[in-house]
Amino acid sequence: MNKGEILIIDDEAQIRKLLEINLESNDYKVVHAENGKQGILLAANHAPDLILLDLGLPDQSGHEVLKNLRTWFNKAIIILSIQNSEEDIVKALDNGATDYLVKPFRTAELLARIRSAMSKNQVQNDDAKLQFGAIDIDFIARTVKKSGTLLKLTITEYNLLSLFAKHHGSVLTHKYILKEIWGVGHQTDTQYLRVFVGTLRKKIEIDPNHPEHIITESGVGYRFQ
Amino acid sequence: MKLIEFRRASTGKQIAISSTSILVVSAACFLVRDWLGDYHISAFILLLNVSILAVLLEIIPVLIAALLSALIWNFLFIPPLFTFHIDNAHDVLLFFMYFFVAFVSAVLTTKIRSTEKQLLEREREENSIQLYNTLFNSLSHELKTPISTIIGATDTLKEAGNKLSEENKEALIHEIEKAGTRLHQQLENLLNMSRVESGNLRPKMDWIDLPDLIHQIIRKMPVDYKQQIEIEVQKDLPIFKVDALFIEQIVANLISNAIHYTPDHSAIKLKINHQNEVLKMEIEDNGTGFSEETLPKVFDKFYRVPNSRTGGTGLGLSIVKGFTEALNGSVSLHNNSIGGATFVVEIPCESSYINNLKNE
Repeated sequence: MNKGEILIIDDEAQIRKLLEINLESNDYKVVHAENGKQGILLAANHAPDLILLDLGLPDQSGHEVLKNLRTWFNKAIIILSIQNSEEDIVKALDNGATDYLVKPFRTAELLARIRSAMSKNQVQNDDAKLQFGAIDIDFIARTVKKSGTLLKLTITEYNLLSLFAKHHGSVLTHKYILKEIWGVGHQTDTQYLRVFVGTLRKKIEIDPNHPEHIITESGVGYRFQ
Repeated sequence: MKLIEFRRASTGKQIAISSTSILVVSAACFLVRDWLGDYHISAFILLLNVSILAVLLEIIPVLIAALLSALIWNFLFIPPLFTFHIDNAHDVLLFFMYFFVAFVSAVLTTKIRSTEKQLLEREREENSIQLYNTLFNSLSHELKTPISTIIGATDTLKEAGNKLSEENKEALIHEIEKAGTRLHQQLENLLNMSRVESGNLRPKMDWIDLPDLIHQIIRKMPVDYKQQIEIEVQKDLPIFKVDALFIEQIVANLISNAIHYTPDHSAIKLKINHQNEVLKMEIEDNGTGFSEETLPKVFDKFYRVPNSRTGGTGLGLSIVKGFTEALNGSVSLHNNSIGGATFVVEIPCESSYINNLKNE
């Protein structure tokens, strides 16, 4: 069974080979490119379901490739990046990347991210109801239930939760969340975000110290699952 | 320190210092010349002045002071006064002897100083060679062990794959995985160390929920451990404005250090407190503690406690120190009275309370 086509854009032959073996053995069809130019060309010709894009390419910056792709390619793009490059990651996410993985990454992690990103290719995020574990969100009634019990959320907490839920599986950067919830001009007020994520976790998580839904991505943002 | 500062001043400034000093001392001697009696005494005082200057200043300002003081002595003290003329041969000889002694004293002091400097430089060079050797030894060991494991295990899998039991195959693959993680960790440490060394650590301050970050760090610990990690957070801990990634480096290295050097199944306690805008993190273990001699050295680069378990480059704690200091904080270490040791990290940082926003 073919689960979809993935384009790998990475200049390291070893990484391409490894990814190819991994993905093909998990029933994905794989094409690969070793530089940005070739990558964009293949993306146009093959119309893949997902692109794995390395930020460090020989001919042009991965950010340029991402911007170019995002002018016409609206399916998932997962960034592959190296350690200690949070600024790069944030920039890529703000430029429309769906998710990111830091090298070296675990295969299980890669496959989970690919599944999550691809599932969003199909789903239109205008569902009236969403469910995450014990949490039920009803966007029409504007209610949230945890194991069937109605939760008392403030307006800000509800807005934050619905933003997370509508982008479940993706990493949202601090800047993006602040802009969406508190508006332009509040993009640097991360203390609001810390506080509200804290109170929201207390209400929706079973153990707020080991959150299952709102996951912190250090120096980058949050992921909801 | 002050002596070196004098020498760091520009030559012009040094000349001004030396000349002023000679002028002031000569004027003082001239004023009390009756009390001094013999005019030879003032020569000794001026000579003393030149010698002191020789210790403090570079050679040119000192030579100028020697020349100036000789001329002043001649002008103000050798009869006939207020002329450069000297009457008797005895005083001519004294005048030249004065100049000669002052000159030799200046030159000799400079020579002694330059020899001292050379010795110091050689010592520093030897120290850095030793450091380099330590680095090389520990690095080659730390990198070669996992590399040998990877090559050895893959060879075995390739050559003898058919004869191996499933269990052994699995064990070999697990070893490769562990070696890879170890290599990755060592490389991370080296990169962080070079960031500390370059003095280029610029923190990016942003608000963090510290317990959230700490739990995340512990979840991500790359090593298998059998100790119990307990977290004790002060009630009503505020959020802090600090660099999350720096804190991650500090905490992860301290925990990894505790994991490495304390017995399995023992407890590692992490306490988080806050007082007067200072964030305090204590990492307490019940390992063997540190001897008096090793205590002051543990934060030194590449330092390893003698006879300690293998599997570290001696970089972790110096990384902790580097990142803590980059946040204007301090890290210290003491043995616990009941055994084990406690690392204490204190970082001054802005804090904010949830209460301020509750009504929004």
